[in-house]
Amino acid sequence: MEELSAKDLRERIAAGRITSVEATGAVFGRIDEREPVIGAYLSTYRETALARAAEVDRRIAAGEQVGQLAGVPVAIKDNMCSMFGATTCASRILENFHSPYNATVVKKLLAADAVIVGKTNMDEFAMGSSTENSGLKQTVNPWDTSRVPGGSSGGSAAAVAGRLCYAALGSDTGGSIRQPASFCGVVGLKPTYGRVSRYGLVAYGSSLDQIGPITQTVTDAALMMNVIAGHDPADSTSVDEAVAPVCDYLARLDEPVENLRIGIVPQLNSGADESVQRALNAAIDVYKAAGADIVEVDMPHSDYAIGAYYIIATAEASSNLARYDGVHYGHRSDKAEDYVEVYSKSRAEAFGKEVKRRIMLGTYALSSGYYDAYYLKALKVRNLIRRDFTEAFEKCDCIMMPVAPTTAFKLGEKVDDPLTMYLSDVYTIAANLAGIPGISIPCGFDENNLPIGLQILAPAFAEDKLLRIAKMFEAETDLHRKKPTIV
Amino acid sequence: MGKKIDQAQVRKVAKLARLELSEAEVEEFTGQLSAILDYVEKMNELDTEGVEPLAHCLAISNVLREDGVAESLGTEAALANAPQRDGEFFKVPKILDGGSGA
Repeated sequence: MEELSAKDLRERIAAGRITSVEATGAVFGRIDEREPVIGAYLSTYRETALARAAEVDRRIAAGEQVGQLAGVPVAIKDNMCSMFGATTCASRILENFHSPYNATVVKKLLAADAVIVGKTNMDEFAMGSSTENSGLKQTVNPWDTSRVPGGSSGGSAAAVAGRLCYAALGSDTGGSIRQPASFCGVVGLKPTYGRVSRYGLVAYGSSLDQIGPITQTVTDAALMMNVIAGHDPADSTSVDEAVAPVCDYLARLDEPVENLRIGIVPQLNSGADESVQRALNAAIDVYKAAGADIVEVDMPHSDYAIGAYYIIATAEASSNLARYDGVHYGHRSDKAEDYVEVYSKSRAEAFGKEVKRRIMLGTYALSSGYYDAYYLKALKVRNLIRRDFTEAFEKCDCIMMPVAPTTAFKLGEKVDDPLTMYLSDVYTIAANLAGIPGISIPCGFDENNLPIGLQILAPAFAEDKLLRIAKMFEAETDLHRKKPTIV
Repeated sequence: MGKKIDQAQVRKVAKLARLELSEAEVEEFTGQLSAILDYVEKMNELDTEGVEPLAHCLAISNVLREDGVAESLGTEAALANAPQRDGEFFKVPKILDGGSGA
């Protein structure tokens, strides 16, 4: 049962061959066994999950219609508001915060009859690339427990890789779904900005944040998209389906894309480790053998993406995180003598270092005298980066590149050097600035048996085609079936 | 290379952000933010004359809905996470007189 994909498990549950209670019970058995080492979850809900599973089983036995994820144990990143348990963002400032409402994606998972197993660890407020910035817990990489799972959705990726759930949701502001998926050898999809509702996703960089699935297979990513994609009146940045229709992402998934033109950016790829480049080239060869044409494309402004990103993301963060004031919810200092100290001491006591650093950088970039030089400049560079993609996609259907320059690095290796940590986001950030979708799929291993991801980027709202392209590779390999030794 | 940002500026920004920093943090952030800003200034190599700033990737503006009655959070639910409350109110220290000022 552990070997099954989410889709296969759902089919067996719906057919009455396995019960959701059995599947959910087995997941908790694995959590008991492996979670003390992996540390993927900030909270788990054994009793409510099993009760829910029993209810789904009862409905199936009674012949009732059930949802697309009926009985499937899934996990959500702890920056998505849920009326069950706490919603902490892995921050001490929200450690005891209980949301009075469910995020739209949580509602959709529940409406699809998924069984939510728990909420996963992350870098505090999704700020980081290793999950080491969690204020509450350490998560390790199931492939090598001395290494990071990636971040910021490291808990979700580690949970899927460790088979501690069948699928998970993450959020991606600068690579936070794709990079941990790559480091943990699983599939991670960042949808187009506006494709999935952000209502109830605790905001970090509002013009960049997007929720997406982390799964064992491309098919499961398509299944999860079927559940979570679509317009939401509660999120004014979610896109009207009349403008960009949501489709059944499973319907044509197995149809290869004919006359596929793959864009590559040679000067970008050369910045990655040799093992990463080797795996990328081998993956591209698989597509070539399937008849794809390779087109060299130019991304003349890609060198400036990290600079622009870290100004825009931190500027938005400094504004978004102003809400943590110690008044309405969250931690309040008991040392505050006056109302200003309620703000400044509460925030000082409960925010971690990276969050403080980003608030500082963003506040500086927006402050009088620096706004034009940093923030406005970054927004102009962002436009140039988006233009690079628009021009590139005139010549190709998708662009392939590494997800990260390296495989999973050692715990503690980059934690004291924020700039080095930021530079590890070099391949993922541009997609967020341009608002386009990107996927990471397993494409090989390095000399230490650590997974390597292939990143595929596509034009806005082309998730359907992107998933089909990813599926073409998955169908040719068995990489997605490889399991970490801990499993 | 001169520091992009000095300790006095770091203190000023921390005040704007309502973030109390320790002396050690001021020192640490001054160095780190300077290094990050040095890197970011690479953007200045680009001529962006005439380029429109892109704050948002979607061509969306003024999303409106029908002016109808919809469900909203009740008082108890809204106050349930308050660190301190007084009846139906969030409780905070006095903001007139005696405050240290903004």
